[in-house]
Amino acid sequence: MPKPEILDPQGQAIAGALGRLGFAGVASVRQGKHFELDVDDGVDDETLHKIAEAVLANPVIEDWTVRRA
Amino acid sequence: MTRVGVITFPGSLDDGDAARAVRYAGADAVPLWHADTDLRGVDAVVVPGGFSYGDYLRCGAIARFAPAMASVVEAAGRGMPVLGICNGFQILCEAGLLPGALVRNAGLHFVCRDQPLRVERNDTAWTSRYEQGAQIVVPLKSGEGRYVADASTRRELEAAGRVIFRYVDANPNGALGDIAGICSADRRIVGLMPHPEHAIDPLTGPSDHGLAVFTSVLDTLVGSGT
Repeated sequence: MPKPEILDPQGQAIAGALGRLGFAGVASVRQGKHFELDVDDGVDDETLHKIAEAVLANPVIEDWTVRRA
Repeated sequence: MTRVGVITFPGSLDDGDAARAVRYAGADAVPLWHADTDLRGVDAVVVPGGFSYGDYLRCGAIARFAPAMASVVEAAGRGMPVLGICNGFQILCEAGLLPGALVRNAGLHFVCRDQPLRVERNDTAWTSRYEQGAQIVVPLKSGEGRYVADASTRRELEAAGRVIFRYVDANPNGALGDIAGICSADRRIVGLMPHPEHAIDPLTGPSDHGLAVFTSVLDTLVGSGT
């Protein structure tokens, strides 16, 4: 997700569109990315965090979390 | 003759104009391929604009892992001048050669216009031929050109005189502090969103104001004896 202090004009545009479509009560929208990785059992959390930090996200502008499903 | 490399990635668009600008400036333009680690003995490198790897993931995020970029990072560490234009600027930021990041324009629209800029500093490898404070006009064409950085990075850039180009008149993309281009701490790596390589001859661009970027680096290289 874009860090809170980073202006997210795409999210703002979505929030504006929701209002125009009659969906009341949505104060704000933030747009981010979601990646699904199908990994072997041997891939540990540390590796997944490395993948997230080094490739999937840019820590300068984005916060990220890793979840196993 | 001074040799300036221009890297071509899959999706690069402006490598042709960048090479032409290098030749106009009086240097040999050496084509470099993204998949090669060999920089072919060049004295400086231009990372050109375009949409490397389709801008997949984030602009510049895949290109930074290209074999050629590993060589560029290594050579930049030894002081080789590097210029990143537009997508090239994004790649240099993703590669960690320059601080901050480029994100979607505040107005969401792709901006394509002849853009007035102020040259804030002429003490870099790529701006020595300009007069300090000179106002120039070069094309800007980008959808993700809004420069962002955290507050401490911005303070550091401003305090060290590392903001090199600033948008004048209206800010076209919401960039922090009207920042259009910055340089590295050693002042040999410069990245900017506008395109000096498209403004080297009034016949084919809005001005010839961009040519001095490419002649500047030749002065730098001759001056340092490389």
